Amino acid sequence: MKNNVHRERGLGNDGAFIAAFLGLGTLFWLFVAGRAQDGMMAFHAYIFIFAFITGLFSLLFYATGEKPENETGYVTSVVKAGVFASVFWGIAGFLVGVIIAFQLAFPDLLYFENAPWTSFGRLRPLHTSAVIFAFGGNVLIATSFYVVQRTCKARLAGGLAPWFVFWGYNLFIVIAATGYLIGVTQSKEYAEPEWYADLWLTIVWVVYLFVFLGTIWRRKEPHIYVANWFYLSFIVTIAMLHVVNNLAIPVSLAGSKSYSAFAGVQDALTQWWYAHNAVGFFLTTGFLAIMYYFIPKKAERPIYSYRLSIVHFWSLIFIYIWAGPHHLHYTALPEWAQTLGMTFSIMLWMPSWGGMINGLMTLSGAWDKLRTDPVLRMMVVSVAFYGMSTFEGPLMSVRKVNALSHYTDWTIGHVHSGALGWVGYISFGALYCLVPWLWKRKDLYSRGLVEWHFWISTVGILLYIASMWVSGIMQGLMWRAYNEFGFLQHSFVETVAAMHPYYIIRATGGSLFLIGALIMAYNLWRTARGDVYTPKTKTIDTASAVPAE
Amino acid sequence: MSEKEVDEHSGVETTGHEWDGIKELNNPLPRWWLIVFWVSVIWSIGYWIFMPAWPGITGYTKGIRNHSERENVAVAIEALDAARADDTRRLIAAPSMEAIENDPDLLQFAMAAGGSLFGDNCATCHGAGGQGFKGYPNLNDDVWLWGGSLEEIKDTITVGRRSEHPETTNTLMMAYGRDGLLPRDDITALVDYVRMLSGQDYDAEAASRAAPIYATQCIACHGANGRGDKTQGAPDLTDAIWLYGGDRRSIYDTIWNGRAGVMPAWEGRLSEEEIIALSVYVHALGGGE
Repeated sequence: MKNNVHRERGLGNDGAFIAAFLGLGTLFWLFVAGRAQDGMMAFHAYIFIFAFITGLFSLLFYATGEKPENETGYVTSVVKAGVFASVFWGIAGFLVGVIIAFQLAFPDLLYFENAPWTSFGRLRPLHTSAVIFAFGGNVLIATSFYVVQRTCKARLAGGLAPWFVFWGYNLFIVIAATGYLIGVTQSKEYAEPEWYADLWLTIVWVVYLFVFLGTIWRRKEPHIYVANWFYLSFIVTIAMLHVVNNLAIPVSLAGSKSYSAFAGVQDALTQWWYAHNAVGFFLTTGFLAIMYYFIPKKAERPIYSYRLSIVHFWSLIFIYIWAGPHHLHYTALPEWAQTLGMTFSIMLWMPSWGGMINGLMTLSGAWDKLRTDPVLRMMVVSVAFYGMSTFEGPLMSVRKVNALSHYTDWTIGHVHSGALGWVGYISFGALYCLVPWLWKRKDLYSRGLVEWHFWISTVGILLYIASMWVSGIMQGLMWRAYNEFGFLQHSFVETVAAMHPYYIIRATGGSLFLIGALIMAYNLWRTARGDVYTPKTKTIDTASAVPAE
Repeated sequence: MSEKEVDEHSGVETTGHEWDGIKELNNPLPRWWLIVFWVSVIWSIGYWIFMPAWPGITGYTKGIRNHSERENVAVAIEALDAARADDTRRLIAAPSMEAIENDPDLLQFAMAAGGSLFGDNCATCHGAGGQGFKGYPNLNDDVWLWGGSLEEIKDTITVGRRSEHPETTNTLMMAYGRDGLLPRDDITALVDYVRMLSGQDYDAEAASRAAPIYATQCIACHGANGRGDKTQGAPDLTDAIWLYGGDRRSIYDTIWNGRAGVMPAWEGRLSEEEIIALSVYVHALGGGE
């Protein structure tokens, strides 16, 4: 390994193992394709076969390719691929979100009787999975691969395994997304993919865990950086949540349908234990890890408090896992479980805010940079949105508040202040940092475009959450309004009609957020190409104008 | 690994760790943060003492307040029923629904109950204001397929039309084209005849050709002059009110494919007094007879 002589690379143990796995997998899916019980399963079997064979050919090309000079430094290629996938899925997910927002505002205009895959019911999980798992997941995988190497001073472990994680994860996304469109679902919110997609993700996730742990194992730093604690809690907990919530018995090995291992209120509680902790450990601890690396790097300031990072980390992960029952207030769930869900949500407030304090106070001594660095400003606003939605969450978990807010648009607004503001902005900030670093550019193509992105999407977020607050609280009040004889004041359809203007405002806000992301994609693309924006000055004299270098 | 140093800006010591250029300050936990955290913990423990909270092997801690949301709801519903008991009794005891309309207090109660019931059960098809949609009758006008008196409205709600109720009515508009009862030419001619009846522009030759067909096929339900028959739910063809549209295309579709819209039966789903209140409400919507 030490000589740099050009030679055929060969596969190595990692590559041989992946090749054998893909080979066996191809055989399995050929078997399934031949005996498929339904068209949906056959379609997915062919996707798996196509993907596995493509993987085998890629390995062949890799093995016969030339060994590059440097195989000991940090791995950046898979991170670059992750950045690309993040931007791609982000825009796809935001676009579907805008479409379904307009479908809610104009249901009769955007209804296509002969195209069931365009219905809100199919597109809604496509939107949620695309933004959470495709966009968010790729951001988390890419940044974790980047951050763990730098903060451990160690090359990513596992040889080709990180590539397996990247492609395997994105294959899961494709299976999930196409499944929603053709009608494959197990009807569990944020866990809609059926049993075979879940098993595939489990395999990919375990490899991800080993890559991450292996890299930490190799580290040349005595301590493990706080960002890596957060990434690790995200990877481990998501594995546990995913496996338990998706326990199911397939009807047939060659059929797409399965039945959950749980029933009734146990099923509901397992589902919301899963879904709430997906928010906690996917969208919170994962993105806090991003914050803990990118904010101090960009601000060039030390983390505010080491002690706070330890205390809020452990309190966050111990308390978060209890909070799920607050999604089932006033349901068949026993009241004692509702009490625990609510009280743990209240206790979760300060542990959540610990991350906000550490993020914001790290800026102390560098506040002036907010004026000049729109990327840092975006990340700081992200932390502010994090603080807002982690206050709003415990508030909404209080049973009396939940009695008003539950099932209304207030919930949607709350989710999106966290999703667009916190997750979106911290991810955009990380992407704006990563592209110049990975492609070794001095700076972004244009900081001005980042300003445009920031302001357009901030207006979008504010329109979104403000309209959903008004609409949601109005909806809740209308539902519970009684006349003097104790009869309901409003029919359901009247409450729907009342929300129409707010749905239009929401769709407008979402569109602005999408436009901002498109501006970012353009800016990142030009940055990766190595372009630098040079403003045209009005006083340019054609005679003395010199061509650019 | 670097040595502990003092940060210039804040004057706080670092922990001495460094990762990829990132250091950490050794700031203590913010005092207000710690206080709010402990307050939230103490408040939660207090809440557990008062409310049902922790599960055990055979049950759960009931809490000092012995609070039960289910019991509270049962009590609240009982209280509501008790508060309405008098009015409800009077609704049923009223000698007729006309008598309800003539008693201002009782009418107010019936309208409140009926409006709420209408919103939850009827608005989906008939519209929040009873304005109706294509295939779903408008309840505000004075045109009634099955009659608009209080008793007739109540009957329609109770047994439905073409519903699963044993006493429902099952007359329907037959599919003359689809089922091969009439040739296409006859149906196109009947379209003109119907347009003539309703005072719209029509082809006189076609209409006269259709007259004998109307007389044999349609007259039994729609009547010689096209005024319809409420005992069979046959619509009046001479007015400008159309359930499925009065343009040529819609009339043709109606004759070709037939029509058999369903009104569900509400007996068993709504109580007797609810059906009475709903009947009074619908009667008052505008066009009660």
